Amino acid sequence: MTHNSKELIVSALENGTVLDHIPAENVYKALDILDLKGLESQITIGINLNSKLYGKKGIIKIADKFFRDEELNKLALIAPDATVNIIRGFKVVEKKKLQMPSVVEGIAKCMNPKCITNHQPVRTRFTTIKCGNEILLHCHYCEKNSDIRGLF
Amino acid sequence: MDHNHKSLISIQDFTKDEILHVLEVAKEFEKDRVQKILEGKVIACIFFEPSTRTRLSFETAVNRLGAKVIGFSDATNTSVSKGETLKDTIKMVSNYVDMIIMRHPLEGSSRYASEVASVPVVNAGDGANQHPSQTLLDLYSIMQTQGHLDHLKINMVGDLKYGRTTHSLLQAMSHFSPEFIFTAPDELKMPVEYKDFLGNSGIPYHETSSLEEHLDDCDILYMTRVQQERFTDPMEYEKVKDVYRLTASMLQNVKPNMKILHPLPRVSEIDQDVDETPYAYYFKQAENGLYVRMAIIAYLLGYR
Repeated sequence: MTHNSKELIVSALENGTVLDHIPAENVYKALDILDLKGLESQITIGINLNSKLYGKKGIIKIADKFFRDEELNKLALIAPDATVNIIRGFKVVEKKKLQMPSVVEGIAKCMNPKCITNHQPVRTRFTTIKCGNEILLHCHYCEKNSDIRGLF
Repeated sequence: MDHNHKSLISIQDFTKDEILHVLEVAKEFEKDRVQKILEGKVIACIFFEPSTRTRLSFETAVNRLGAKVIGFSDATNTSVSKGETLKDTIKMVSNYVDMIIMRHPLEGSSRYASEVASVPVVNAGDGANQHPSQTLLDLYSIMQTQGHLDHLKINMVGDLKYGRTTHSLLQAMSHFSPEFIFTAPDELKMPVEYKDFLGNSGIPYHETSSLEEHLDDCDILYMTRVQQERFTDPMEYEKVKDVYRLTASMLQNVKPNMKILHPLPRVSEIDQDVDETPYAYYFKQAENGLYVRMAIIAYLLGYR
């Protein structure tokens, strides 16, 4: 069987979700945030793919899996420009942009070493604050602001 | 006002109306210091780290209101030392009492406790985070000395970086159109998030490192201690520990209504000769803590 190079990189998906334009360095974090590790569906991951817009990008294709918006929006923390393509019958039936969630629960760790969430089994909870171009997470418990980059 | 199991964890949990209400109730308790309105109630004072002033003040407040106190002032002899989680301790104590007053070294611990407790929780200090009863007694002291809280010029001096009292007071005063002076060395300046908060609220502030610069035009001089326990780097502490020292001779031209506040304990930042001037208010400020804590407890339990 022969394939051209394009087909080798991106095989077609019959039904499922394609997450495109993820910063290449954040692909593994995206897998964690979407909790894909225990999933039995076929998952194709591309890292360092060429992108005219971003230089290098990542892509994640998950067969037979459709997410709720609030699950997907958590990705906006690490991939604010990612696009979501919903595939049915080999066709893109819907394209979505991510929305920054106002509350983030259970996925980030507080950067304050004296925060209760780093010492006791407490589920973390943050509100997102836009500060210029940067997004800060405000801890519901210790009330400290953390930079998103340090949180995952 | 809605009393349905309300806790006081951060000063921002109270609206402007609630703050003013609690201060009015405190006035009532200052006039009549023993009012046994909580007879039959039991209140837990659980202190996971040492504190003398705050604990004694809260326990006195509970006693003056006629309730009984249970609790501990040191977690070493409790099941916490056996590895019990904060959640389990709070659940257990909740079963016995009508209110929990707690201090804990970890930041956010009181907020978490209020979420697992079945009774109101009062935060008596969670690490370097919040200490709202201190903030309310500061507001009470400002109101009692100035007659009102509006349009005052407040000069905060000392450790504005780690000092939680200045941060909470700044947030609470934001309801009352103040103007702030921040007097601090470069190493201990007011953190940028609080300056952003003021900027967004349209509240003017000015920063200086000179104690003399704004002594004569402020209404409240809020002095703070440089707290050794908040520093991770001992060299940094040594550099700034004696940076300001207020003496009586510096107070020649201050406004007649000016009062000096300090959350205490003081070390060297206010000379003892200031104590005898009409501007010193810090000992009375500490006494005010009792009336304000009585008011907080009575309000949260729905008795005022």
